[in-house]
Amino acid sequence: MIGAFAASPLFGFLITEPVSVAHYLVVGAIMFTAGVACMATKRNALGVLMGIELVLNGANVNFVAFASPYLAGDGARSLGLDGQAIAVFVIVLAAAEAAVALAITLNFYNNHATVDVDRADDLKG
Amino acid sequence: MIPAPIAPQLIAPQWLLAMAALPVAAINWHSFFFLLFAALACGFAVAVVAATNVVRMALYLVLSLAATAGLFLLAGAEFVGAMQLMIYVGGTLVLLVFGVMLTAQAPFVSIATSGGDRVMAGVVGLALLGALLLASLSVPAWRAPASGSLAEPAATPLGMAFVGVRVDGPAAGTPEAAVRPGYLLPFEIVSVHLLVVLVGAAYLARAKRRKTQRAIDVAASVEPPASVAEHAAIGRGQVGSGSVLSGGPVLTGGPR
Repeated sequence: MIGAFAASPLFGFLITEPVSVAHYLVVGAIMFTAGVACMATKRNALGVLMGIELVLNGANVNFVAFASPYLAGDGARSLGLDGQAIAVFVIVLAAAEAAVALAITLNFYNNHATVDVDRADDLKG
Repeated sequence: MIPAPIAPQLIAPQWLLAMAALPVAAINWHSFFFLLFAALACGFAVAVVAATNVVRMALYLVLSLAATAGLFLLAGAEFVGAMQLMIYVGGTLVLLVFGVMLTAQAPFVSIATSGGDRVMAGVVGLALLGALLLASLSVPAWRAPASGSLAEPAATPLGMAFVGVRVDGPAAGTPEAAVRPGYLLPFEIVSVHLLVVLVGAAYLARAKRRKTQRAIDVAASVEPPASVAEHAAIGRGQVGSGSVLSGGPVLTGGPR
């Protein structure tokens, strides 16, 4: 599979042409989708948490791509410093969110002796 | 005796030959490293979804996030890339691995998902991916190749902007530059937010010895050795009649 890809004209095009914002957007889209699928399928609470991290990271890739003066084509305007500042804030908030979510998970584990999110139905009416 | 000739595919795989066919001067090394880091980031992100063992998921997540830091550095965002490595890879992932270690006992390491859920998530995920790719590739301005003019390093302007001084963009003195505040207020808000969150997390995760009926049931279903079961029976008898069987939360000691 790698051989077919490397011999294809697409690979030659990708490796000889400069990258564009769209390249980064594709990477961000794949990471975002992987995160959403992770959140949807994992029954382990920590797996759901990892899916959230992937989603935030995919969004961050887009912010950094739009902020980059290098990636903007001729005459196009980039987000500038705003995009990078937003990316830093997202990273900090993701760290905070991970800390709280992990504390909740540990509490849930202490009380229920499991981390299966399907068992968290105590509030079901 | 003449050794049998070795097939060229055994000496070098086909993709290496295909790369060798490209003249080295024609390779855009920025694109090359972008492809490398993008393949690592996307591949390990998909591996996080595919893996069922939570420890492996954590490892794949580390690698995916580290490759993303490489993408940030390639885009000219050095400070964000460094923050990604230090906070995400260094901090958040240590936290996650701690969570895995504190909760992952043998039955809970890999909790299987039913096949129907997997198919449903695959369909929804592919539809979402298609929509996102369509949106990303539909704007011509985003597909314009990079002009290649790298601006000055962004770490200093970003650091100055976080303390409220903008040193980037329009020259000082122009009307555009007069009304461009930095990010001092968001920075303060995030700082206080982080402090409050860490205090809250420490409060939530403090050691408690409170158990609900379900935890007691689960612990009982593990079938402790006979001697332990005897001790437990003696202990229940001492607590008094009905305190466990009534189903309410039971305090078995501790500060609360």
